[in-house]
Amino acid sequence: MRTVLEGSHAVSEAVRLARVQVMSAYPITPQTHIVEALSEYCAAGTMDARFICVESEHSAMAAVIGASSGGVRTFTATSSQGLALMHELLHWASAARLPIVMAEVNRALAPGWNIWMDQTDSLAQRDTGWIQLYCEDGQEVFDTTLQAFRLAESVNLPVMVVLDAFFLSHTFEPVDVPDQETVDRFLPAFSPRISLDLSNPCAFGQMAGPAVYMEMRHDIQKAMQQVPARFEHIETEYAALFNRRYGPVEPVRCDDAEIIMVVTGTAASTCRQVISELRRQGEKVGMLKLRMFRPFPTDLIRRILGPARKVAVVDRNFSFGASGIFAQEIRAALCNRDGHPPVFGYIAGLGGRDVPPETLAQIYRMAKDSDGPEQESVWVGLRD
Amino acid sequence: MTQLNIPDEDYMYPGHVGCPGCGAAIAMKFALKAMGARTIVVIPACCWGVMAGQYPQSSLKVPILQTAFATAGATASGLRAALDMQGDTETTVMAWAGDGGTFDIGIQALSGAVERNEDFVYACYDNEAYMNTGVQRSSATPFGTRTTTTPGEGWKKSRKKNMVEILAAHRIPYAATASIAFPEDMIRKFDKARQMKGGTRFLHVFASCPTGWRVPSELSVKIARLAVQTNIFPLYEVENGVNYTLNYRGDRPAADYMKVQGRFKHLSDADFLKIQQMVDEDWQLLLRKVTHFSGN
Repeated sequence: MRTVLEGSHAVSEAVRLARVQVMSAYPITPQTHIVEALSEYCAAGTMDARFICVESEHSAMAAVIGASSGGVRTFTATSSQGLALMHELLHWASAARLPIVMAEVNRALAPGWNIWMDQTDSLAQRDTGWIQLYCEDGQEVFDTTLQAFRLAESVNLPVMVVLDAFFLSHTFEPVDVPDQETVDRFLPAFSPRISLDLSNPCAFGQMAGPAVYMEMRHDIQKAMQQVPARFEHIETEYAALFNRRYGPVEPVRCDDAEIIMVVTGTAASTCRQVISELRRQGEKVGMLKLRMFRPFPTDLIRRILGPARKVAVVDRNFSFGASGIFAQEIRAALCNRDGHPPVFGYIAGLGGRDVPPETLAQIYRMAKDSDGPEQESVWVGLRD
Repeated sequence: MTQLNIPDEDYMYPGHVGCPGCGAAIAMKFALKAMGARTIVVIPACCWGVMAGQYPQSSLKVPILQTAFATAGATASGLRAALDMQGDTETTVMAWAGDGGTFDIGIQALSGAVERNEDFVYACYDNEAYMNTGVQRSSATPFGTRTTTTPGEGWKKSRKKNMVEILAAHRIPYAATASIAFPEDMIRKFDKARQMKGGTRFLHVFASCPTGWRVPSELSVKIARLAVQTNIFPLYEVENGVNYTLNYRGDRPAADYMKVQGRFKHLSDADFLKIQQMVDEDWQLLLRKVTHFSGN
């Protein structure tokens, strides 16, 4: 059924159709519409589920860890400070190999208090063992959330579905919402690989000394390495039922591009328009939308960006003392490829500052007009 | 000699790594005798996080879910919801935490769970300091104690938090103190808690720590008994936050309990006088709330 939905509700609709059984969350703008909708569904009986109103985000993640360990499908949502507060338990969820799905609304970190779009919060969690998928529009948010449950349960790793604060969470767009029966065919009932079992009493999370810990960590990485193939299979099944597919990355006009811009989230949507316009002007430009950030699609990055003359990465985030984070990871992926293009890093749109077409076009010009990157990251549009 | 009437069946294997005389080990043994096989134990960071066993072993015959330090109340809430959603109303979730994970780092999650009246048993085995990390003070450490973070003249000058009173103020359905030196009383209370489904039940268990308290290990139980007999750790129950039942009336001076412990040996006669006054004051406060008496 085609309907007009706010990005937040694209999430909650997917969670409803995924037949999640236990949810727990603490409100934080701009995630609140997600959890309010889910609370309504539980109260009205629309969802056969429990919503635990905990007293902090740290407790929200702890509650879903407890529930997932008990063998049910779980979900939570947060943003910014809340995600930061969960940090300890993000590591816990992945190392406990729990298939938790979380919607994470990219919002700036304080101080100063800023509730608007910024990617530093989710990227600061890139080492926690969570799969991370960045969404461009409402339809993709819906589809990615459903796919996230399949993926998480396939590899026993938690998945973070990331969407821009306000630009996506609070923007209304047409979204095709399928019926429950078809979704059930894509996402069957949760069958946990591991859960607490009275008939076979075991202990989860025991002490694990030097003789065994390293292998446990390696197992997490092995699971991450299975993700690309599993995800492709999942997307193929999804496409067969719903006729939509996104891939871990989406190259647009990259084949003959001399300069490729790398973008994520709603900026990718703006960038499509900019690429079209620049191409009309005769520029040999392309864009690569990065969707899957963890595991990092190294092979695809090398293959698609490798042949370009220059790469211009747009980061709506920053790692202080280093550079924009997507640029950092792309440089790392390219450095071992024989002959690779210089990576120009641009910082734009922090704390909700808009990234209009003019800014992206300006970034393109800056990359084109520079022989080589003068700094690791160029901050675009700073006020004097 | 007194005959004790306690169940034979044990849910704890022998050979755990607790210290000789560990009160927490005794506490778990008695608690599980009451809780039985249909129990899942949630253990945050604490001595029992180590005593539960090293992978791939477990020291208990029931399932264990270890969890991060601050999270016992929240993790137990989530686990309970999962069991309910799968139609399991028989299994009891028991959070088993030390004083750190209950009074300090874990208090938020516990308070939240109790306010929501989550359906699980929460047992705090209180050895009155962060023992697992080497005897640092907690808010359960009594006035007068030397610990590694209240050393020398910096011995603890603040009072022990009263967790039962804090939870009584939440109108928790059932909160009680218990002691390893009074096994029948303790087992009765755990059994009562197990059966009171539908809300949160809290048990504050006095679990002596010979290692941290600088007491010979063979005095572990005797010390716990003295704490009750001196009214320093009264045995009582609170129902719905308002109905107080006292289980034991003690009549020995605080010094009987404190002078045999290394952690108090720096205290002067004046300090003991002050401490006795504090104990008497707390005892009178408790007596004013008591409506029933069930003990000696």
